[in-house]
Amino acid sequence: MTLLIAFTLFALAVFLGVELIGKVPPTLHTPLMSGSNAISGIALIGALASAGSDHSTAATIFGFCAVVLATINVVGGFLVTNRMLAMFKSKSTKKPAAH
Amino acid sequence: MSNLIQGGYLVAAVLFILGLKGLSKPRTARRGNALGALGMLVAVLVTLTDQAIVSFWVIAAGVIVGSVVGAVLANRIQMTGMPELVALFNGLGGLASVLVVVASYVEITDKGLHDDTYIVAAAISALIGAMTFTGSVIAFAKLRESVGAWRSGAVQMINATLLIGAVGAAVGLVVQPLSIGWLIAVIIISAVAGITLVLPIGGADMPVVIALLNSLSGLAASGTGFALGNSILIIAGALVGASGLILTRVMCVAMNRTIVNVLFGMIEVGESADPDDVYEGKVRSTSPDDVAMILETADRVIIIPGYGLAVAQAQYAVRDLTRALEGRGTDVSFAIHPVAGRMPGHMNVLLAEADVDYEQLIEMDVANPMFAQTDVVLVVGANDVVNPVARETNSPIAGMPILDADRAQTVVVIKRSLSPGFAGIPNPLFALDNSLMLFADAKLAITEITASLARI
Repeated sequence: MTLLIAFTLFALAVFLGVELIGKVPPTLHTPLMSGSNAISGIALIGALASAGSDHSTAATIFGFCAVVLATINVVGGFLVTNRMLAMFKSKSTKKPAAH
Repeated sequence: MSNLIQGGYLVAAVLFILGLKGLSKPRTARRGNALGALGMLVAVLVTLTDQAIVSFWVIAAGVIVGSVVGAVLANRIQMTGMPELVALFNGLGGLASVLVVVASYVEITDKGLHDDTYIVAAAISALIGAMTFTGSVIAFAKLRESVGAWRSGAVQMINATLLIGAVGAAVGLVVQPLSIGWLIAVIIISAVAGITLVLPIGGADMPVVIALLNSLSGLAASGTGFALGNSILIIAGALVGASGLILTRVMCVAMNRTIVNVLFGMIEVGESADPDDVYEGKVRSTSPDDVAMILETADRVIIIPGYGLAVAQAQYAVRDLTRALEGRGTDVSFAIHPVAGRMPGHMNVLLAEADVDYEQLIEMDVANPMFAQTDVVLVVGANDVVNPVARETNSPIAGMPILDADRAQTVVVIKRSLSPGFAGIPNPLFALDNSLMLFADAKLAITEITASLARI
């Protein structure tokens, strides 16, 4: 991948992120943060390449540690976000409004 | 990289985008989160199909260990502890980025291959990742209150020196890519800078710090993507970086401070009144029975929850009081200030956990015009966010957006004492003619009010 293409992807993704997140209501800021946090565990992909390829022992050890940490970030992040979101309830969806 | 992998990454990127979009509405948020998780699964699976990956067991072992730890943490954490958990996960993400850079550097140096793009991206990723890691660890410790605020007159000098040092070492690495000493220097100096940057930041500013660290962990991942030439890392990291930056901005606006001001601990100077002048002879205290009596006749009640409510674990007691009032036909809603709680949106999660309908939680802009037609405002454990001096131009918190609680018929403040909030200034709201103070622990006081209401 050329540097220019890499920067293009980066810039477009930043603009897209700004557009998407700007609309999130304050009620969902905490789940948004833990959910996007889980996505930042994407470092896992880099870790997989480093731990997996036919590498030197040193690279494999660093890669293994990176896989563990990034997986904690990803799995924990998505699970805790799901747990939080499960708590958000609205009367209008649960039962007809009282009155 | 094969077409299968590139195609898989495209699918993953689309799923991440749909996931973030889903997270923007309460109704679709759970599905959005699931789509994000699915995107991650796709990205991991296609990466594993890469022919270069042979030592499968190393990966499997790592994923299993990480999944178990992550699942246990996610299930055990209490909702009041969410900010700590997010800080911790951020830190792990940052450290993982550093480790990936080190692993790839060792590998590439062994083979004697180097290109400029790689080394620049590796240096940036190591710098941001290491700073995110130690900064998050300190944020975690501060949120658990195991580390207090540390201030020194020299802190700005120290931070500036460390930042310049870290960037200098990064430049050194780019100039001499084969000497690993530069990489180690980048990591160590950035790690120390992460500590000294976050340590002096006060408790009230922690929501900003967490949002910023969130953004940095994304940028670190993106930097790793540049180093490895990996599109999905660049895209996902940029999305997270943007989301963290927006939340940082929202928090800063809500506190009327700039990010530089928060980070470098500059304290606004303004004229702060003497607490004795503000409170002397003007504060009226009340009892749970009297509050119940006032609430009994009210048609519209707005509750303003603050950090103190979370500390006192009073969210369930507040929910019970809300139900009791609604049973009597009173209209009850919650006005949530953007920085209520300990991280963005934290108060909403705490109330959701206590089964409060999210449609009852109203934002500051919606709430403020309502106060004039409100009979009773109950301020529970909030202080600076309802301080009317924010409207005066020469006060230390001048310009900070506040909830206009003082415009209601009656204001009842449940608070342990007259001690100041994070801003350290007295609050004239407590001394107003239409204000009553209930000096007590929030949970106990509200439980007593509910009990007393049942007897009326």
